[in-house]
Amino acid sequence: MKPRAQPLIEALAHPASLDRFSLADWDRVIRQARAAGLLATLHHAAVDAGQTERLPARVRAQLTAAAEVAARHRDVMHWEAEAIGQTLERIGVPVMLLKGAAYVMADLEAARGRLFGDIDILVPRGALAEVEDALGRDGWVQDSRDAYDDRYYRRWMHEIPARRHAQRGTVLDVHHNILPLTARNQPAARDLWDAARRLDAPGELYVPCAEDLLLHSAAHLFLNGEFDRGLRDLNDFRRLARQFAGEPDFMARLATRAERLDLVRPLTYATRYANRLLAAGLEETATMSMPVMDALFTRGLRPDHASARDALTPLALFALYVRGHYLRMPFHLLLPHLLYKATLAKFHDTEIRDENAEKLARFRAFLGK
Amino acid sequence: MPADRLNSLDPNRIAQHLRGPDGLVFDIGPFRVRAHSRLPAIRDHVVEMYGQYPLADPDYADLRFSVNPPRGLRALWRGQVNFRFDEETPFKPLPIAQARPFFEWGLNWCIATTAHQYLLIHAAVVARGRFCALIPGRPGAGKSTLCAALVASGWRLLSDEMALIELNTRQVWPVPRPISLKNASIDILRGFAKDVFLGPVVTDTHKGTVAHMRAPADSIAAAGIPAEAAWVIYPGYRAGAALATTPVSPCRSTLRLADDSFNLPLLGARGFSVLAEVAQGCRSFELVYSRLEDALDWFDRLAGEAMA
Repeated sequence: MKPRAQPLIEALAHPASLDRFSLADWDRVIRQARAAGLLATLHHAAVDAGQTERLPARVRAQLTAAAEVAARHRDVMHWEAEAIGQTLERIGVPVMLLKGAAYVMADLEAARGRLFGDIDILVPRGALAEVEDALGRDGWVQDSRDAYDDRYYRRWMHEIPARRHAQRGTVLDVHHNILPLTARNQPAARDLWDAARRLDAPGELYVPCAEDLLLHSAAHLFLNGEFDRGLRDLNDFRRLARQFAGEPDFMARLATRAERLDLVRPLTYATRYANRLLAAGLEETATMSMPVMDALFTRGLRPDHASARDALTPLALFALYVRGHYLRMPFHLLLPHLLYKATLAKFHDTEIRDENAEKLARFRAFLGK
Repeated sequence: MPADRLNSLDPNRIAQHLRGPDGLVFDIGPFRVRAHSRLPAIRDHVVEMYGQYPLADPDYADLRFSVNPPRGLRALWRGQVNFRFDEETPFKPLPIAQARPFFEWGLNWCIATTAHQYLLIHAAVVARGRFCALIPGRPGAGKSTLCAALVASGWRLLSDEMALIELNTRQVWPVPRPISLKNASIDILRGFAKDVFLGPVVTDTHKGTVAHMRAPADSIAAAGIPAEAAWVIYPGYRAGAALATTPVSPCRSTLRLADDSFNLPLLGARGFSVLAEVAQGCRSFELVYSRLEDALDWFDRLAGEAMA
């Protein structure tokens, strides 16, 4: 049997035909899905397509194991989001949960089987100083103590440096907008707040309205330079779109909202590639021919695994990296920043954020190191 | 028809597989592994320690890993070796002389970070009939020595390193592997059981001196048969001490096992209830001993009471 070119993408796009995957295909699907953080997502796709009983027992065991972990991630996310809501309720500041945290707390399809790296929240920019104090009192400490990074974040970014909980190790990103202050596209945070939906939960917790959830997901993916989680993010977008596209006129409302938030381009891309790679079946307003972008994005959106790459992948990833930075910052700011990162940053004491650090520490301890 | 075993291939053929694009694919308990290596030491390790394991169809493996010298510039500094789990490199390289233990430690890591369909507990597991004993133990408590001695005297080896407890059935699944003996226990075991096969002694690892004892063929052949947890034994070797046992309450035992679990934090409440149920269904003891013979007698009496 001929091996599939992109087995994980095909599996996500067409879960109803999982029973036609050969064992050799599964070997690559599982490795690619592990690298892309999508193994548990695939489990739920197989369950929804009624395929689990038809899968080879070994494959089923791998998917089940991943689903156990994802279920726990979800519990933790739920718990942490409520805790943060309560912390900030004490100082009377509303919290909008973004991305994964929002999917969990709004109980959306996109939360099933998803793994969570960190928690993203949005707070009013004017309340940042109070928020930092309140979080600090509850054990959230700044991760990196690098002075350059700190200044860089506060002056140019849409978030402050990441915080890590001193006891629990959870990482928290506090935003005041969804795109950097320097980015070409400038959605207004006010608009997000005006449309946000209040959750029925302790604390003053909000999630973005459905349209904004999709637009943020698209913006995060297509205005960014790093694509190592690209396929997961595209799949988030597809799942959100599938869940809401049933509402009358949803796609039209989404297009209008994209104009209002200055996010038309990322929405166009997200819809295009969710359709092309993941068979999302979404309505597209314009189907232009864009062979160069197609060549770049289709490579960028593949799982970050050797078996999914081709000869042009490194070039495509580099081009996307440069593009992402260009979109986030004008050149007169970007060049000095990249120059600093490439040279002087090495001489400063920068901590590397590593989601696996805790896991590694535990197993190093197990090995007796 | 039973599958062919690794030792149906001659060592050169095994080396070819290990070097080849498909690696060497074989089954260890519930896991199908794909091993890659260009190192003669790993070929020897596989030939000596894994000869009895069933070969498998190379199309699919659950866990793919390699033990090889680094490529590129680092290869210029000879004498180092990397463990890679598919494309991850979870550890810093080790001296090439430690390739054999690195194979075992690395494979432990692959299992412990992926096999969350089980509650995983850091414990040796040995069985008599359908019942098994979990022997958790901090480094130095004598877990592996006791496990090796029990296995050498007829207990079935389920694992030297981790108990795999299936979440739905609470059954303990075997993953028989070479037993890793450290420091003084290497000579103790040589003196205790003349007919066990020990691999070469590797010195100066982070655990001191290490040698592997081959798992008995019967235990490997029974790798598909789970056991029921009946005992939890917390060993403590103490020079010169007479054998003494102290019962441990199920409640206390639950908490101690929780401390020794690899993935309880990942499994959360569900894992904890499985753990509590297992501890509730077991007799648990602290066991202090100095003479292995005494400890083995005590284990045999324990097994006898359960069978009676």
